[in-house]
Amino acid sequence: MALLEVDDLSVTFARRGQRTVRAVDGVSFSVDAGDVVGLVGESGCGKSVTSLAIMGLLPKQPGLRVGGKAMFDGTDLLQLDDRSRRDIRGRDIAMIFQDPLSSLNPVVPIGLQVTEVLTRHRGMKGDAAAKEAAELLDRVGIPDPKRRLKEYPHQLSGGMRQRALIAMAVACQPRLLIADEPTTALDVTIQAQILELLKDLVRGSGTALVMITHDLGVVAGMCDTVNVLYGGRVVETARRRPLFREPRHPYTVGLLASVPRLDAGRGERLNPIPGSVRDLLPWPEGCAFAPRCTRRVDACVGEPPDLVLTHDGRSYRCINPAPLPGIVPTTAAASPTAAASSIAAAESADTADGDGPAPVIGAEALDAGTPAGGPVPAPREEEKS
Amino acid sequence: MTDSDILVEVRDLKVHFPIKRGVLFDRTVGHVKAVDGVDLSIRRGQTYGLVGESGCGKSTLGRALLQLTPPTAGEVSFDGVELTKLASGKLRTMRRRMQMIFQDPMSSLDPRQNVESILTEGLQTHGIGGDRDGRRKIIAETLDKVGLPRWALSRYPHEFSGGQRQRIGIARALVLGPELIVADEPVSALDVSIQAQVVNLLDELQDNLGLTYLVIAHDLAVVRHISDTVGVMYLGALVEEAPSDRLYTEPLHPYTRALMSAVPVPDPDVEDRRERILLAGDLPSPANPPAGCRFHTRCPWAQPTRCADERPVLREIGASRVACHWAEQIASGELRPHKVSAEIIRPAGEGEEPGVVSAPSEPGSFV
Repeated sequence: MALLEVDDLSVTFARRGQRTVRAVDGVSFSVDAGDVVGLVGESGCGKSVTSLAIMGLLPKQPGLRVGGKAMFDGTDLLQLDDRSRRDIRGRDIAMIFQDPLSSLNPVVPIGLQVTEVLTRHRGMKGDAAAKEAAELLDRVGIPDPKRRLKEYPHQLSGGMRQRALIAMAVACQPRLLIADEPTTALDVTIQAQILELLKDLVRGSGTALVMITHDLGVVAGMCDTVNVLYGGRVVETARRRPLFREPRHPYTVGLLASVPRLDAGRGERLNPIPGSVRDLLPWPEGCAFAPRCTRRVDACVGEPPDLVLTHDGRSYRCINPAPLPGIVPTTAAASPTAAASSIAAAESADTADGDGPAPVIGAEALDAGTPAGGPVPAPREEEKS
Repeated sequence: MTDSDILVEVRDLKVHFPIKRGVLFDRTVGHVKAVDGVDLSIRRGQTYGLVGESGCGKSTLGRALLQLTPPTAGEVSFDGVELTKLASGKLRTMRRRMQMIFQDPMSSLDPRQNVESILTEGLQTHGIGGDRDGRRKIIAETLDKVGLPRWALSRYPHEFSGGQRQRIGIARALVLGPELIVADEPVSALDVSIQAQVVNLLDELQDNLGLTYLVIAHDLAVVRHISDTVGVMYLGALVEEAPSDRLYTEPLHPYTRALMSAVPVPDPDVEDRRERILLAGDLPSPANPPAGCRFHTRCPWAQPTRCADERPVLREIGASRVACHWAEQIASGELRPHKVSAEIIRPAGEGEEPGVVSAPSEPGSFV
């Protein structure tokens, strides 16, 4: 059984006189013990709100509604009262935030902030706690930890602060660690240090890690399973290699094509996704990505696309997914009538196997024959193993 | 390369900011050497990319080049005109020819000005376009160039999305018909899918209008994508300068190598196989930079001689300019990185594979 099972999580913010915002709209994913799971998406896709909802850290305000389930080891985190939630938070589930300066208390020394966790959850006091805190700082690679314990957050550099935050998070050896853009505020060389540290901690302790990021490069280096979010829903889930090698959802394809790569040459034009995240269709009215999608067909608007499950735990939410690379589309690509008919065929095949992880080979073969509905960039395949 | 090829030439540019202490008497107790002796030249119609980590002085260099921050010493010549000694009136007329694009479009656009007013301001200042109709025409053309609709004119910045706001920022720079555009982190505040749109726009504008760019960014992949020449800065000085492709295939300076190996590539196969050079520690304070080579405190290849007491100058090796005493020896593999000051992480199970992604005949190299 999965360690964390998020099922149909939804978060809405309602305010009088304003339109209700559905920040998270039916997100489901699961995290196994010892796994690194990525939540990827652009700003506004609901990835941070998802993590805050799981942790129970959303501001309690009228109009906030959290629905769905988040089962952690048999208990539904969303149903817990504040008291028992506080017991779990910090001990079993810990979180690392994006900006260490604003998530550390500026008027409390680092040492006190680290020992606070130890006192609350492990009942350590005085010298024992201080010693343990120093050991923790040492473990996350902060030099001269004894001295650092007495210092305030502003006296530490950005990388050191993030390390201190990580030390606090791993103080109780949590079973699940949620890292919300842990390296976005840092320089690349420091980012590399922090990512390496996180990898070591996860590898060494069997802690599961949920990595929330917008950086596909970070995902490629760290995550076992990747969930791509768009408009508050998971649009594609896959293991790391299949996702990068053969992205199926047009949004994933678009994201990969629009990232400039260090190992690509100068002068190659990028293939951006047209429009902006604001051009969003509400999910009940169809696919949220449809207004920006180059593979849009008429059936995209009307009702939300079902989740299509394929082999190996892959799933995507699209009725006209990108063809698998390697299978070259037939020359019929030029003829629009052929395109229409084969799209219809692919579509019926896809909805048929949308009910379960039933045979998909037929469907894949079919939509591989589907000509691209627009200038969809082929996934990059430069570096094959 | 003739002189007229070069649009901007910077010689030994220094920008020092005084550190002041005291209430009554502002004693100067030291200087932050944000930019400390930079030489570079930008050729007409090309893109010069400036990369480095935060605090390395790249933004200050960009601002000093446009004389937005007065340089402490050194020369900046723009199309043969020495800017540092120019009277303020003359400088203002020169400004028409060099414009800037800022990082955060939300904070660099006045929220109380509508787009038309934002774009008209510069035209009025420089007396371009004659009357109102003439200016309108120029503005309309500019909007077309950056891909904004006409109705944008009467709107305010908050009504636009991030990408569109950045387009307004670009339009503001373009409306005066400049030759040089200094873009300071033009895409780092944008989402990836929008980033690509803006990067492509910058590329297109350069092709159509023959613009010269100085692009300042911390994202190496973006810089590599749009630049012809790339300069790498560390603690106020250039450590390496090379044609974009060469810099990425054959980085010579240890810092460039470390920087390059730290950039995540969105490809699991590359990520799993490549070797990372992890630098120890953080950037030293620019108020008190290390003596000798500024990078020697974090350099995995630092040698006991020369590195700590002799500041390397930029010298030419092939098509690159490198500020390292030992660049050749490091490139040939004669000097090996030591583990004292940095750890080299080799992915498990790498085996004999590194040759696939490494540059030829370089044992310590990577993508």
